[in-house]
Amino acid sequence: MAEFKLPKNSRMGEGKVWPKPEGATNTREYRIYRWSPDDGRNPRIDTYHVDADDCGPMVLDALIYIKDKVDPTLTFRRSCREGICGSCAMNIDGTNTLACTKGADECSNEIVKIYPLPHMPVVKDLVPDLTRFYAQHRSIEPWLKTTTPAPEKEWLQSHEDRQKLDGLYECILCACCSTSCPSYWWNGDRYLGPAVLLQAYRWLIDSRDEATGERLDNLEDPFRLYRCHTIMNCSQACPKGLNPAKAIAEIKKMMVERRV
Amino acid sequence: MTDMRTPLKKVTGLGSAKDGTTHFLRQRLTAVANVFLISFFVILVIALQGADYASFTEALSNPIISTLLLLVILVGCLHMKLGMQVIIEDYVHSEGLKFLLLMGNVFFASIIALASVVAVLKISFGA
Repeated sequence: MAEFKLPKNSRMGEGKVWPKPEGATNTREYRIYRWSPDDGRNPRIDTYHVDADDCGPMVLDALIYIKDKVDPTLTFRRSCREGICGSCAMNIDGTNTLACTKGADECSNEIVKIYPLPHMPVVKDLVPDLTRFYAQHRSIEPWLKTTTPAPEKEWLQSHEDRQKLDGLYECILCACCSTSCPSYWWNGDRYLGPAVLLQAYRWLIDSRDEATGERLDNLEDPFRLYRCHTIMNCSQACPKGLNPAKAIAEIKKMMVERRV
Repeated sequence: MTDMRTPLKKVTGLGSAKDGTTHFLRQRLTAVANVFLISFFVILVIALQGADYASFTEALSNPIISTLLLLVILVGCLHMKLGMQVIIEDYVHSEGLKFLLLMGNVFFASIIALASVVAVLKISFGA
């Protein structure tokens, strides 16, 4: 059955309360999920205080502040710090988003709570294991497939057809949407999830791709595609403002179109 | 990752069932039909409120009313079966139990539908 309670060894306890920075007058409290595979302990929530006057405005700035000045063992992924690499995707203030584009003052609570992306195996602290997610992306063959011999120069595409890729090609595969989807939580082993389906649609409507039918065949499955119940968490979570729910609806429409 | 299978092997699994659109279409079709059929059913219940047995059986002997009532039952039960199937597939992950529940779901919906159809036919043909 679906698991509605965390397994015993995943239940969280109170962690360490780290001291406030000395002399700071403008501090913000962060409660952050901590778990290490090395100490055999259950996860815990550590409390940190960040000097807002000595730190940039984004949640990622606060995490870097903590790692630099308070606790160097805090583990998280980050790279571009401008919302294009998707590395720092995590659950902040109850929503999956990118730490680098989420302002600390945008959080609805004074105390900012940070957890790893939900319902994924945790590697350490805020780092989820995205192996399956990447394999799912690989499974939809996210590249141009053609039978016609390649032209001497590029494959041509009309301006209108190119516009159809807008709102799709911007996806950075941060997994915020997929890990916010209850259907993906319960059936992530068989359901492809919103991010991968949005990518699948990106290739389905590419006017240059000649494998549309084959791609639809691969998606036509009660689990791979049809576990989407239009819950819409994906579209709400997407930090890039994309609409995976709409892309999935378009795939379903294509499935029906080729029948009726 | 102790089973030595690659992530792609696990994800591709048994491949696509190449099915699901029929279920998707039927669920939408029955939903649209139910908008009208359930409205009819509610109106019928309100119209027959407080009616005695004789006027009730007389109403059901009208072929239009009994046909619509049969549609309410059949379309409603099909919609119920399709919906419950999705819920079972969503939440039951033990393969054996899932199979049994999916089978039970078909049996339950069929029995309810057919028993109700027999009841309506008996009344409408003046049992």
